[in-house]
Formats: sequence, C-alpha cells, structure tokens
Amino acid sequence: MVTKWLERIMPRLVLAPTFVIALVFIHGFILLNAWLSFSSSNLMPKYDWAGFIQYERLFANERTAVAATNLFIFATLFILICLFLGLLMAILLDQRIRGEGVIRTIYLYPMALSFIVTGTAWKWILNPGLGFEKLMHDIGFETFQFDWLVNSEMAIYTVVIAGVWQSSGFVMALFLAGLRGIDESIIKAAQIDGASLPMIYRKIIIPGMRPVFFSAFIILAHIAIKSFDLVMALTGGGPGYSSDLPATFMYTFAFTRGQIGIGAASAMMMLMTVMAVIVPYLYSELRSQRHA
Amino acid sequence: MLKKILSKSIAIALLSLSASAVFAGEVEVLHFWTSGGEAKSAAELKKMLEAKGHTWKDFAVAGGGGENAMTVLKSRVVSGNPPSAAQIKGPTIQEWGDEGVLTNLNSVAESEKWNDLLPSVVADAMKYKGNYVAAPVNVHRVNWMWLNPAVFKKAGAEIPKTWDELFAAADKIKAAGLTAIAHGGQPWQDATTFESIVLGTAGADFYRKAFVDLDPASLDSEAMVKAFDMLRKTKGYTDKDAPGREWNMATAMLINDKAAIQFMGDWAKGEFTAAKKEAGKDFLCMPAPGTAGMFTFNIDSFAMFELKDEKNKAAQVDLAKTIMEPGFQEVFNLNKGSIPARLNMDMAKFDTCAKDSSAEFVKSAADKTLVPSMAHGMAMFSAVQGAVYDTVTKFYNDDAMSSKDAAKALASAVKAAQTK
Repeated sequence: MVTKWLERIMPRLVLAPTFVIALVFIHGFILLNAWLSFSSSNLMPKYDWAGFIQYERLFANERTAVAATNLFIFATLFILICLFLGLLMAILLDQRIRGEGVIRTIYLYPMALSFIVTGTAWKWILNPGLGFEKLMHDIGFETFQFDWLVNSEMAIYTVVIAGVWQSSGFVMALFLAGLRGIDESIIKAAQIDGASLPMIYRKIIIPGMRPVFFSAFIILAHIAIKSFDLVMALTGGGPGYSSDLPATFMYTFAFTRGQIGIGAASAMMMLMTVMAVIVPYLYSELRSQRHA
Repeated sequence: MLKKILSKSIAIALLSLSASAVFAGEVEVLHFWTSGGEAKSAAELKKMLEAKGHTWKDFAVAGGGGENAMTVLKSRVVSGNPPSAAQIKGPTIQEWGDEGVLTNLNSVAESEKWNDLLPSVVADAMKYKGNYVAAPVNVHRVNWMWLNPAVFKKAGAEIPKTWDELFAAADKIKAAGLTAIAHGGQPWQDATTFESIVLGTAGADFYRKAFVDLDPASLDSEAMVKAFDMLRKTKGYTDKDAPGREWNMATAMLINDKAAIQFMGDWAKGEFTAAKKEAGKDFLCMPAPGTAGMFTFNIDSFAMFELKDEKNKAAQVDLAKTIMEPGFQEVFNLNKGSIPARLNMDMAKFDTCAKDSSAEFVKSAADKTLVPSMAHGMAMFSAVQGAVYDTVTKFYNDDAMSSKDAAKALASAVKAAQTK
C-alpha cells in the first residue's frame, strides 16, 4: 500500500523542485516583466498601473523602428545564409573525402568561440584602416573599398557576416548528422535506377532532412532574436544607433537610460516575436505526434 | 592597592575599547573606478578611512560608464540592502532622491562648512530638495581642446583660437596627409564635441536655455542649426576609422603625432601623462574655440544611502567627511586629471592645465558662464539625455539629414522624453 503510494508520488516529488524553479524564475519573471511594462517605472521598478503609456513611448521612438528593421534584415539573412552554407558544406563533406575529421573540426571551431570574441575579431578585420581594406591597399589594390563597418547604411550587414561565420559550421554539423542518418539502401536503390548524384540529393536526401531543417531554423532564429553580445562587440550598435537590435535597445533603455518601463515593453515585444515563431512550430510538432 | 590599579586599568581599557567599537563601522562603497589611476585613487580613500578605524568593503563593478554598477545598485536598493555610498552624479542624484532612499548629510555638511567650501553650483548638485545627500570628489572640465603642436608645425598651421582659424589650420593639416581632428564615433563622444560647439558658437546663456531649461524654442532655433552645421563640418576633418573608436584611442593618435586636435574632457590628460608627455610642451590644452572663460563641468560624487545600522551610519559620516578633506581631494585629483571640488585648495602640485582649469572654474562661476555638461549627465535626466544623444549621433552619422531637420528632431525628441 505504502510502496504503491510512494511509486505514484515519487516522479512528482522528483520533478517538483525543478518545476517550481522553472515556474518562478522563468514564467513568474515573464509575468513580472509584463506587469512592469504596464507600470510607470522609470529609474526603479514601480508596481502601479499606467496602461499602455510605455508601449506608446516605445512606438513613438525612432530607434524602435531601426531596431525592428535591423532584426528583420539580420534574422532573414543570417538564417538563410547559415542554412545554405551549412548544407553546402555538409554535402561536400559527405563525399567521403580524406581528412574529414580535421576539416569538420576546422569548420565547427568558430562555434567554440563566444560571440564577444567573434565580434571583436571581426571588428579588427573589417576596420578600414586596420584590417582587410588596408591589407588590399598594401598589396597594391589602391582603390579597393570595404568600409561597411563604419557606414551606417551597411553596418548591420557586417553583423550578418560575423554571425554567419560563427554559426554556419554548427549548422553544417547538424546537417552532416542528418545526412548520415539517411538510409543507405534508399540511395543505393536510386543509384541502381540511374539517378545522378545531384538528383539524389535534390529529390531524396534533402527532403528527407526536414526535421533537421526545422531544428536548425529554430536554433538560428533564437540566436538571431537574442543577439546582443555580437552587436555590442562588433559595432556597439553604431555608427550612431544604426545597427541597434531589439536586445541592445532593451538593454540601453532599461539599464543606462533609467527607463525600465520602456525596456520592459520592448522585452515583451521580443517575447511576442519569439512566440510568433515558436508557437506555430510547437503546434505542428505536437499535431504530427498525435498523428503518429 | 595593586588590585585597585589593576581593576581601574582594566576598566579604562574596556571603556576605550567599547568607545572605539561604538564609532567603528563598515563602509561599503560602490564605484566603477577600476582602471589604473582610478583604482589608485579609490585605494587612497580606503586607506584614509581605515586610518579612522573603519572597515572598508570594496564594491567595485567594472565598466567605465558605470552601467553595470547602476544595475547592481538597483538590485541592492530594491532588496532593501543598499551600500553606504555609490558613485552617482548629476541629476541622477535627484532621480535617486525621488526614490526616497538617500540619507541626509546636513549635520556633517554644517559642521564641516561645506557651504563655504563648495561653489554654489557644486553644492546645489549635491543636494536633494535643499538637503545634502552626496559628497563631491572632483570637477572635470569638458570643453577642452587638446592639441599636438608638433603636428601643427609639420603642417605649417597656426594654433587656432576661433572656429575659422581652426578650420583653416585643419585644411592645412589635412593637406599634409595627417588627421586634423581625432574623434571616436560613439554617441557620447559625438555629444561631447557638439556640446563644446554649442557653447562656443551660441554662448553660455543659450546653452543653459537649451540644455538645462530644455526650452523648445532654443532647441529648434537658428543657433542650433548653425551648431549642427559646424558639427558636420568637423566630421570632414576626422578620419574614416573613427566610428566606434574609444576616446583613449583617439587621444593616442595625438600622442603618436598622427592627429592634431581632440575635443575631450580633462580625463584625456591622464593618457598624455601616462605616455610621459609634458603639458605645454608635448601637448597643449586650450578651451574649445569660443569657450574661453566658459566652463562645462562634470562632477563625480558619492551619494549616500539611508542605512539602518548605527555604527555603519557613523562610518558613513566619516566617509563623507574624508571625501571633502583637502588631503583626499589633492591625491585623488592628481591621479584622475581633474581638479578638486572644494575651493581655496593649494594647487602647487598640479600641472598647468589643472591650474588653468581651476582658475577658470572660479572665474566662470562668478561670470555665470559655468554650465553643466550635457554629454556627461550633468544637465538633464538620463531619459532626456538619451534622446539628445540619439538625435546628435543620428545626425552625425547620417549625411542625408539636414541641420534644420536635426534641430527640429532634437526639440521633439526632448519633449517626448520629458513626458512621464
């Protein structure tokens, strides 16, 4: 009787602490943040009700639009280029070449660096008077120009370059695992039927990797939305605030400008953006499970 | 007999012990002086306090602008456990005062005669609703122009006194293949240059009206348009790599004879002296054109928080007292490049730039040309200051934006940031 009761209660007992911690420190604080975004908090948090003031102030601010546009540009390019390069590298590596282990390590290594390091390194590489442009001038290409980092129109694209450099190797690893997971016999069968290698990849292998695409997409999307350290190290949000992203915007307003309310409101907007991506994905995942 | 003496001496020993125990407390000081000269200055304060029998609990949070430190401070105050003192300055002191967490220092200020020792501008900045809540450690002058005479000589240019002369000289320096103006393209540095231009072209009264009173008509005025024009003109003399550069890297360009002029507060002097350069010979310090006799100040200070523990309260009072003592003010400011906040100090150990600064500080206070620095958080609340930063840096980096639009944007951004 007692053992049966223990058996029933044990899993709940074991899970309870982590459940409570997650509930309080993730969802509880999300709710707290939501409340702050509706309060009149400035320097310090205040727990009153001020309606939609903070959201009005958020949307009246020109920087909000800049940050949102930049996120759109960055996220789209970052995800697409990473997926493309990652898949390409994975397919090339999948040709059973020699020294695959070494090459894989080289490609995957950027992932081991933190974004701060990547940002700082690329800041030097892209600095016109210090890095790539100067190198080209020194070896004789006097008219060569590559000043995206200091150009307020182009600065956000330098963030894309550094981000892609950091993450495409990781995507490659994901795809490589996916490629290796595909049943050899199907490929053999296709080969016997006379299908060419590009055809096999196009029609059989890549469609078979849908779940890998999904995981890669989700991981890249959340890296893009939470991007903060990369921008801080690479451009500092500049020149001016031309490479601001929602995360840097939120930090600036909540912590350096004494406008916690606006910061909280922008954090809520970021949460909504993530939800807009994740919820349909979860929905489709759960539904397909029910069918299975 | 012996017994009596013994018991008496024990009693005295106990008494003296308990007496010192009553006054010895702990001060916890939150600061962001973590770089070389700054850390040395903080250590000096620690030594002086420990000499008074208190224990010092260092609470240094790295990060030059103090953003990280302020975040930590907020969490400490929210949890009801504030440090004794925190490095807070300008109108931010008022913002903290509004939160009702600062303590009243009037008694120590009265007994130490702070009202006589401090210029009224400084004293007012240390008060919340007429009561002292903070102690000043230094005064920085922001409207400095640093010059490298060797570069001027190489380019055959004259040392400028007016903006016209400056641009004429800058043309020659540019023609000689050198950088005329060393600049770091960060919002606060853009604002620092802009503030000197506004003061130099439109005068102290206009500056005060625009940046202290936040008068919309002044913000969107002909004078402001002119100042924006001038700011864009200076950009033409900076080098291409300026965006994102730290201010000390810009100073290094002067030190290495690569650039001629930098607009920066007197903390730049620390870089020159660290490179073993001599003021007046290897580098010159002059007020930005048109700002001679005027002074934009940036005052570092420690705001004191309301504490519960009596012993710690006593230690806190001693801390405030020590900060204002001549000994500390001298050592600290020799390290930091600034000048003492209290008047009538012996300036013998300071260099020519600091002596100039000190004389101008006293004179400008009398002439009413002493104004708070907008770029360094002395003139306005952080939200408004942020709005000004945004507009100035946007204009600076977007060549398509006209000066007229910038002035208009400045007025509307300031107005939007003021609504609470």
